[in-house]
Amino acid sequence: MKKTVLGELEELVLLVVAASTEDVYGVPVLEELQWQTGRNFTISAVHTTLYRLEEKGFLVSSVGGATAERGGRSKRLFALTAEGGRVLRDIQQMRTRLWEAIPEGKFQLLGL
Amino acid sequence: MIRKYRSSPPDRLSPPRWADQLLEWFVAPHLLEYLQGDLHETFQKRVRQVSLIRARQEYVWAVLHCLTPFFANQQTIGPRKAGPRKADSLVPANNPYPNPALTDMIGNYFKIAWRNLWKNKGYSSITILGLAAGMAVAMLIGLWIWDELTYDHSHKNHNRLAQVMTTLVRNGSELTTNRFVASPLGNELRANYGSDFENVSMASVNQSRELAAGEKKITAKGMWVEANFPSMLTLKMLQGNINGLQDPSSILLSASVAKSLFGDADPINKVLRIDNQASYKVAGVYEDLPHNTTLNEAKLFLSWDKYVKMVGWVNESMKHWDNKSFQCYVQLNDHIDITKETAKIRLASMAHLNAASDGQEELVLQPMNNWRLYGEFKNGKVVGGRIQFVNLFAIIGIFVLLLACINFMNLSTARSEKRSKEVGIRKAVGSVRSQLISQFLSEALLIAGIAFLFSLLFAQLFLPLFNTLSDKQMTLPFSHVFFWIVCIGFTILTGLLAGSYPAFYLSHFDPLKVLKGTYRVGRFASLPRKVLVVVQFSVSITLVIGTIIVYKQIQFAKNRPVGYNRESLLAVYMTTPDLFGHYDAMRSDLLATHVVENMAESSSPVTSVWSNQIGYSWEGKDPATQPSFGTIGVTKDYGKTINWQLKEGRDFSKDFSDSNSIILNEAAVKLTGMKNIVGKIIRKDEKNLIVVGVIKDMVMESPYAPVTPTIFLVNPGWVNVIYVGMKAGIPLQDALAKLAKVFEKYNPAAPFDYTFIDEEYAQKFSDEQRIGNLAAFFAALAVFIACLGLFGLASFVAEQRKKEIGLRKVLGASIFNVWNLLSKEFMLLVVFSFLVSVPLSYYFMHNWLQNYEYRTTLSWWVFAAAGMGALMITLATVSFQSIKAAIANPVKSLRTE
Repeated sequence: MKKTVLGELEELVLLVVAASTEDVYGVPVLEELQWQTGRNFTISAVHTTLYRLEEKGFLVSSVGGATAERGGRSKRLFALTAEGGRVLRDIQQMRTRLWEAIPEGKFQLLGL
Repeated sequence: MIRKYRSSPPDRLSPPRWADQLLEWFVAPHLLEYLQGDLHETFQKRVRQVSLIRARQEYVWAVLHCLTPFFANQQTIGPRKAGPRKADSLVPANNPYPNPALTDMIGNYFKIAWRNLWKNKGYSSITILGLAAGMAVAMLIGLWIWDELTYDHSHKNHNRLAQVMTTLVRNGSELTTNRFVASPLGNELRANYGSDFENVSMASVNQSRELAAGEKKITAKGMWVEANFPSMLTLKMLQGNINGLQDPSSILLSASVAKSLFGDADPINKVLRIDNQASYKVAGVYEDLPHNTTLNEAKLFLSWDKYVKMVGWVNESMKHWDNKSFQCYVQLNDHIDITKETAKIRLASMAHLNAASDGQEELVLQPMNNWRLYGEFKNGKVVGGRIQFVNLFAIIGIFVLLLACINFMNLSTARSEKRSKEVGIRKAVGSVRSQLISQFLSEALLIAGIAFLFSLLFAQLFLPLFNTLSDKQMTLPFSHVFFWIVCIGFTILTGLLAGSYPAFYLSHFDPLKVLKGTYRVGRFASLPRKVLVVVQFSVSITLVIGTIIVYKQIQFAKNRPVGYNRESLLAVYMTTPDLFGHYDAMRSDLLATHVVENMAESSSPVTSVWSNQIGYSWEGKDPATQPSFGTIGVTKDYGKTINWQLKEGRDFSKDFSDSNSIILNEAAVKLTGMKNIVGKIIRKDEKNLIVVGVIKDMVMESPYAPVTPTIFLVNPGWVNVIYVGMKAGIPLQDALAKLAKVFEKYNPAAPFDYTFIDEEYAQKFSDEQRIGNLAAFFAALAVFIACLGLFGLASFVAEQRKKEIGLRKVLGASIFNVWNLLSKEFMLLVVFSFLVSVPLSYYFMHNWLQNYEYRTTLSWWVFAAAGMGALMITLATVSFQSIKAAIANPVKSLRTE
């Protein structure tokens, strides 16, 4: 794995963007995040994270269409970069390795 | 399910505008659009899901979350690595430098400011202390004003409570307004206007009562009220029932009285005796009313029904409309307008009165919110009251703060020459003017911030003294968010105000001239400074003159001849029935103590007139008028006891029957218009009264008002107060002990409770005295602050002209020459300020004095004294610096060049 470390929220946001079939912006990311985790996030946290991920090169952004609901303001649409995909896959592989390292029967012992 | 969309126009469903503006102001422009768009989108969804109010709350919350440095500063978002940047990248194309006010520069400014402060400790401390003193005064005054403005606001219903006042035609044409009404009024209001009032309660005057529980005896003020009164006032009950007075033999006690009577024992259902007349059961204990309420002295409430049943004359008064000895409080229904209601009930009592014999009267509702500040009536209209003091203090506070700000401005501009090089270099290096302005303003803000901390300290330290001076119990409301918002807003404002002049003045220097060394402060450069000094001293001198005149007026009224001997005169109010009916026995017992010169009784205390009566007629009276006379029943020894001054005729005497004799004061004689009045007859209620004497006017009521025309008649059955004239030169402690013994013999149930008449008289000045003391305190501070500024300026000038002084001394100038050189300019400024302040203060004080019927004159010496005082203080302040400069060794100042 490279030196770039992802925080938990960064990872979640990156996953949400990766999971969507098209370009997404702040609000859908926020809603999906809340739906999936059952936690409350603020829009400012989501934006901060999206921008930071773009800065790290895991996302790219472009300006998207405006709607009346937004008072005519345009959206900033985000899409996953190859770099971003790679980092997600690295994380998953690392996690899988760790999962596989858990001794057999340990969870059963804990009653899980 | 089909979702229903609200059909309201979209603009009504918008988030709070101020939150949006905050966002727009704070968030970096290239991020704003997307962030705000997302916020709005979420908001619109939430409006549909929850409610508008909820969505708005959430919006504000979300906006507040956005106010982080990230959104304010983020300038370099975008792929960090090299590569083709999209045209719509987040990096702005043509604004490589962020707004400095929002970035790290601001920290830098404060750093520079701090270093500057530290480098010039002398100037800094003068500036900061001056500003802190000004702010502390403003804070204390603000606290005082707040306390006055929120007087009575602790009652939950204060917006809807009112007292019924009566406006009477007096002496033919003059209208007087007082709070006394007839006792049937309560029932009348309930019967005919009941739908407008939620509650109506009659009440007695708040008077001292003797309370006894077992061996414990105390005196406390209390009122007889109807059962609904405590809940109208929203008394906070600690124990028992707020409606406890529904049982007429119950009593509600304040916590302090309950504590002193019963200690820590549970007071509920305990029995106590009032005025040794009747026993009551404690039905409830309420928290003492806060200090800033009109009724805070009412420590107990008793049942009105019991009062009517128990006291004969009160019972009698329930059928008559001409005995106005009671008070009436009302609570209006929610939607009722007090002004409209006043118009409605205006003539409610006239329906029961005979205009020809009883005179005209109108009812007025005085809202509780006005009780404190708008208590003065003239011709039936509110003409103000304490609100004048509130305005006066607000003005003083603003001026004192202004003086402090002026100091700050003066000192910083004075130092400008020293800092001109710094400004020049900054400009040459590339600072733009707005950056210099920001720097000087942040410097001012830093100083204001430090001064604010000091002022908090000063205010806290001086608060006890201030509370004593103003007779209040205020505390700094540290836990109030509002207090901090006001304070911080106020500090920022002060900082900006104080810093504005130096900021704009210093930043306009031309760098080229400054750095070439050709920069010279022009001939008129110090002119604004001089103007500010003149403003400062004009304000200070005006305040001083005003204070002296307020004092002079108080002294004038105090020294007004009262017409009787108030020294060593004691009054005992006869509150318990035991004291009545023993006049002769008590008198001889008291005289037998050998400490008493004389003793008498009367119906009104000598410091006020409790009863005004109409229905007098005499030969030559204009039948169209119905003048009222203060009427006082006395015993025959009254005149000798208080030592009134007989002008004509004789005093009441044992040698005559005197049952139809009356004595008039000069004002009453004047009102009748009769000449040689002794021996003439005045008729009242079919009775012929013979005038046997005329006394000189006595000041029985306000020492500022004209004397009430008063008739004295002998009526030992109508007495309320016992007077004891003490022999001169007897140790008071022993004498009082002897008196106490006599009083205990006749009145065993009550404590011996007396007042000294001269103290009671002094009470009449307590308000003015207090205001005078406060004004003096502030005037002294204003002078102090102004002098502090002058001190700083003088030291600056001395410093600036150090070399010149050195040269002059070397060439033979004397110390006096140098002193004269430095002081003359300042003295001229003060003389000029004096000339400005004289007409100003003359105008204001002349207007103020018009409020008083008896007023002092604006003597020339007041102005002269204030002017001389200012000159002396200035001289002292400036001399310190100029003499220091004059005696300094010239070698030191000249050696460096």
